[in-house]
Amino acid sequence: MALLKVSGLAKSFGGVKAVSDLSFAVAPNQIKAIIGPNGAGKTTVFNLLCGVFAADAGTVEFAGRNISSLAPYVRARLGVGRTFQNTLLFDEMSVEENVMAATEAGLRLNAFAYLFRWPAVARAERQRREIAAEALKLVGLQDKARDPAGNLPAGERRLLEIARALGTRPEIVLLDEPAAGLNNAETDRLKHAIRAIRDRSITVLLVEHDMGLVMEICDEIVVLDQGAKIAEGPPLLIQEDDRVIEAYLGRPADNA
Amino acid sequence: MRANRRRLVNWLGIVCGFGLLASLPLFLNDFLMTIAVVIGINVIIVFGLSLLMGYAGQISLGHAGLYGLGAYTSAVMSTKLHLDPWLTIVAGALLAGAAAYLIGLPALRLRGHYLAMATLGAGVIMQIMFVELSGITGGPAGISSIPNLKIGHLILDQTGAYFYVVLAAVAVSLWLSLNVVRSQKGRALRAMHGNELAAASIGVDTARAKLFIFTLSGVFAGLAGGLYAHYLTYISPDSFGTSLSILLVAMVVIGGSQSVVAAGLGAALLTVISEYFRTYQDWSLVFFGLSLVLVMIFAPRGLFVETAAVAKRLVARVVKRRGPVES
Repeated sequence: MALLKVSGLAKSFGGVKAVSDLSFAVAPNQIKAIIGPNGAGKTTVFNLLCGVFAADAGTVEFAGRNISSLAPYVRARLGVGRTFQNTLLFDEMSVEENVMAATEAGLRLNAFAYLFRWPAVARAERQRREIAAEALKLVGLQDKARDPAGNLPAGERRLLEIARALGTRPEIVLLDEPAAGLNNAETDRLKHAIRAIRDRSITVLLVEHDMGLVMEICDEIVVLDQGAKIAEGPPLLIQEDDRVIEAYLGRPADNA
Repeated sequence: MRANRRRLVNWLGIVCGFGLLASLPLFLNDFLMTIAVVIGINVIIVFGLSLLMGYAGQISLGHAGLYGLGAYTSAVMSTKLHLDPWLTIVAGALLAGAAAYLIGLPALRLRGHYLAMATLGAGVIMQIMFVELSGITGGPAGISSIPNLKIGHLILDQTGAYFYVVLAAVAVSLWLSLNVVRSQKGRALRAMHGNELAAASIGVDTARAKLFIFTLSGVFAGLAGGLYAHYLTYISPDSFGTSLSILLVAMVVIGGSQSVVAAGLGAALLTVISEYFRTYQDWSLVFFGLSLVLVMIFAPRGLFVETAAVAKRLVARVVKRRGPVES
């Protein structure tokens, strides 16, 4: 059964159809990518999956449950983690604290527990620290746990954002252009981290422009053009798909 | 560990601070002790307000109303129903918290500064109610002969003794505030202050987190109101107007909203100034407005937070010049 299932999803902004009649599914333990030319609606799809926007039509099912009308924080608590294209870290916190903040999703205590410092708070705090240590190790930032998040270079900021998403103990993480602006060495670390995440049985769905990365690590690819799905399948088939080549390179002149 | 040592130093600082404060009645005369009691009462309100402003990123322009609600509740219950003032103070704090919850429930579901508008309105309405519900509240004349607090047969009608009650209440509210700030709750709040979208993406229910803080700040304001009523033994609607709400906001901004202790120091500073400026009542608002603007331009994190930062830099420079010290 699919872990995440999107059916007939549509969203317009004013008169512009950002996403129309989109359906696809992500199987558990898969690395899947959404690709497409600029403006194809990839980030809009992410925002619909996470609940930042409400869809005009269609449903999002997660682990067999319709989550289409749930608020973003509820989806996060259910197990849908995400990162942002423009990396939204909490710069004033330490690296470790960024991840610990995310454990709110899985380890919630009532307000009185915090107010009166019940023993459960200290217990939960130890668990949070463990979760953070594990997540940071998975992305290779364990040595920077105490550094202020604001001091990290771009590549490590991306990794930290992924670790923070892991702090919610997700079943699936949605990564929005994780490789954008990274150099080769940084992209290699990212690749490593994404594979490590999948090896922990966490499903990965990413939006990405770096085709080398996508072709190398993904099991399946969905191709969007102007808000609609034009192809879906394993990397080798996608690379040879005429409609995909056309969407990226344009129509040959003699066919026009 | 370094973090543990820092925590120890912090707690030692707080304990020493309270020890010093506890010895104040030995040095200060009655007039100055009265100011100290008023400072303590304001500090309790400001703790809650600084959590709201510095951590939840919201402003309340009606805290004087919640403060008044606490004062009136306790005054009415103890004078008309003859209940024990200790109980009625707690009842006043809880009722003010409930009122804050009801005001915040709709206002905090919306993004932006709707709470500021809602509280401004609620504050004005509450003050009008203190005047108009004259059957209960005594109207413009207020309520007098409010009973003093008692411990056994000891009546706490002396400023020196009352000071310790207020000091204990300050300690409890500081403890509660720091428990919130230095926990996952505080982390979630700072995350929300950093970026609401990112906070939601990690499971933080931002509307509820704001509502929790606003309710807590209402409880603090109500508690302070009760302490005020049983200290002066007389209250009237004049004490709970919008200008006090704004003065309280100024205390938080001038002290530093991101630190409850700094905001508390701001409360102390402005209380002292406003007591000494009492004769120039009309000019004091001008003075506070002007200092508010100056602080926001030159020390946006607040007077005491910026001073602490400068001191830290100076110490670091001196240490550097002398070479690394073995720690």
